[in-house]
Amino acid sequence: MLREIRPAILVLLVLTLITGLAYPLAMTGIAGVLFPGQAQGSLIEKDGKVIGSALIGQEFKEDKYFHGRPSATLAPDPANSSKTVSAPYNAANSGGSNLGPTSKALADRLKEDVEKLKAENPNAPVPVDLVTTSGSGLDPDISPEAALFQVPRVAKARNLPEDRVRQLVTDNTKGRLGGLLGEPRVNVLALNLALDTATAR
Amino acid sequence: MTAIGWIQIILFCAIITALVKPLGWYMTKVFNGERTFLSPVLRPVEGAIYWIGGVDEKREQHWLTYAVAMLLFHVGAFLIIYGLMRLQAFLPFNPAEQSAVAPDLSFNTAISFLTNTNWQNYGGESTVSYLVQMLGLTHQNFLSAATGIALAVALIRGFSRASMRTIGNFWVDVTRVTLYVLLPICVIGTLVLVWQGVPQTLGPYVEATTLEGAKQTIAVGPVASQMMIKHLGTNGGGFFNANAAHPFESPTALTNYIHMLCIFMLGAALTNVFGRMVGNQRQGWAIFAVMGVLFIAGVAVTYWAEAHGTSTLSSLGLTGGNMEGKEVRFGIVASSLFAVITTAASCGAVNAMHDSFTALGGMIPLINMQLGEIIVGGVGAGLYGMLLFVILAIFVAGLMVGRTPEYVGKKIEAREVKMAMLAILVLPLMYLGWTAVAVVFPPAVASMANAGPHGFTEVLYAFTSATANNGSAFAGLTGNTFFYNLTLAVSMFVGRFFMIVPAMAIAGSLAAKKSIPASVGTFPTTGGLFVGLVVGVILIIGGLTFFPALALGPIVEHLAMNANTVF
Repeated sequence: MLREIRPAILVLLVLTLITGLAYPLAMTGIAGVLFPGQAQGSLIEKDGKVIGSALIGQEFKEDKYFHGRPSATLAPDPANSSKTVSAPYNAANSGGSNLGPTSKALADRLKEDVEKLKAENPNAPVPVDLVTTSGSGLDPDISPEAALFQVPRVAKARNLPEDRVRQLVTDNTKGRLGGLLGEPRVNVLALNLALDTATAR
Repeated sequence: MTAIGWIQIILFCAIITALVKPLGWYMTKVFNGERTFLSPVLRPVEGAIYWIGGVDEKREQHWLTYAVAMLLFHVGAFLIIYGLMRLQAFLPFNPAEQSAVAPDLSFNTAISFLTNTNWQNYGGESTVSYLVQMLGLTHQNFLSAATGIALAVALIRGFSRASMRTIGNFWVDVTRVTLYVLLPICVIGTLVLVWQGVPQTLGPYVEATTLEGAKQTIAVGPVASQMMIKHLGTNGGGFFNANAAHPFESPTALTNYIHMLCIFMLGAALTNVFGRMVGNQRQGWAIFAVMGVLFIAGVAVTYWAEAHGTSTLSSLGLTGGNMEGKEVRFGIVASSLFAVITTAASCGAVNAMHDSFTALGGMIPLINMQLGEIIVGGVGAGLYGMLLFVILAIFVAGLMVGRTPEYVGKKIEAREVKMAMLAILVLPLMYLGWTAVAVVFPPAVASMANAGPHGFTEVLYAFTSATANNGSAFAGLTGNTFFYNLTLAVSMFVGRFFMIVPAMAIAGSLAAKKSIPASVGTFPTTGGLFVGLVVGVILIIGGLTFFPALALGPIVEHLAMNANTVF
């Protein structure tokens, strides 16, 4: 048995260096050359400044922008670091609400949000993804229905014809991969950038 | 439920089934020490590792030596992870300036990763440095997976050999699995993931100014390299707190599909390795069929429950299923499928928050783990867990006809059955026992995030996940407390090693037995009757063990939900 001690130390060390250092560092190097944009986090720059990542949702509150899904992410309370406060789309601390199907807190939140959205657009059924929080709290997408639901508000805030805004939503809708995998979706940041470009013109 | 949803599920099953044979063929060559197409590149590295470690690759080990080597390997791994976490503030690759991790949390994490559980009482991006992620966690993702596979192969050798004292060499098995199986798949997979948008950088977190002018700090890091092995090795420990729900861990439907395939492919292929090594591939397919039956049943229930939604949603007129805690790009079907896969295997990665699943949708993951994760299971661990149930099923069949039971040419006798029962009974002792303690211990109760039966399920899920070395969570539970850090670590440790050591003892005792040719009285173990018998034994033993606990948690919650009760 004693002769197992040497490999227990040395085989472990060598394998640790190969899998824990050589492998991730080599992959970082190769990926950085082959796919530099993605490796850095698919960042989007505007006028030389980083405005976000194409893959990470950000918070939109103004009427003139399409809104993403509610986000349950938290941040440390500035007043008391042992507590946390709500901080939607905190991309340094991902997470979901973790509220269960019989949670009163969830039922109350859903009811309030549904009423708000019904007041905003009484003509369409409220899409479920617009009132539920995502697992990561950073979901960059909404369903095409959720985007179309917001068209009247955005069009009014921007003085654009609704058809024009609806067209932008259609242009920014991505289907299933190969018609099969995943779900149809609209990237909120991409749509809002397209909207800004369209309005500026 | 939609047709396109079911097509995604069936396509997944078809791809996995198609991979079983070629992967099983390749892995059998690796374990038998034969040349493979990668040998020209990897053989020198392999030789160097044996030379440095003083390993004689021709010398095989007795089962006890094999088990001791495995345990020593884990002592070293524990020290590496614990040390790195405590000292990370003084070490390089720490651009976010994370400070030392607390002792109880470091202890819990070290046990968690070396037992292939990857339960996370910490949020990755807010707690640990890049160095810890790579050298502490990525490396253990490889080695705990390699250990699991090595142990399964050792048990297979027990069945396939006759009148021998040895079951292989632990160091050789671990080295070969890591070099020839895990690393090549990870290298290719990592590049595909980066191409799809998973970051792979050592740069600091990005400061962005959003379109509306707010500040957003975006955590990045060497994510892709860890993602591949996290799923391939059924580890499941996320780079980020939200795990594979995080858009950087899984940005597209394609990456999600790759993750799911990685979780299942090695475990599924091991059934074929088993068949090849015992000289009849149909023995492997029979085991694969048992797994398949249980898997499809689980997917159907969870998909139905999630698509059906909750009474809260339907009372507000919201349709489209239970989207709380799920991502739009995955939707109901890919989230449900992922949840069943990750708990059927001992992965524990999540692409949606299980805590927010419907009562019945969340019960299936719980049952999968309580059955011991034998549906494909953890790489290696699933196969040896399943073989324990096979031994029991064969024993039951033997009792019915009054003959000494045999399986693939080996007599199954008192010693094997005792060891199998020991391993199968230790698991419920942990998850039921600790849950009972936790629900009467006020500080432990205070950690629950949801009230009512759902809170109980959170605790039951935590100990089940830890004992089964899964690592997924009903994440609302605040696990980073002294009580949970300690008790969950104990569950993970017992759940791993009290399964492994009896399995090794069985391997040793089987290898020493003579091989007897099949006769007219031998129960055929390749047909539908055998598959049905094993499924039955699994469900009866499992059901009797944990049904009362499920009745207190998800079942009563489902009834409450139908009565429109909220807590």
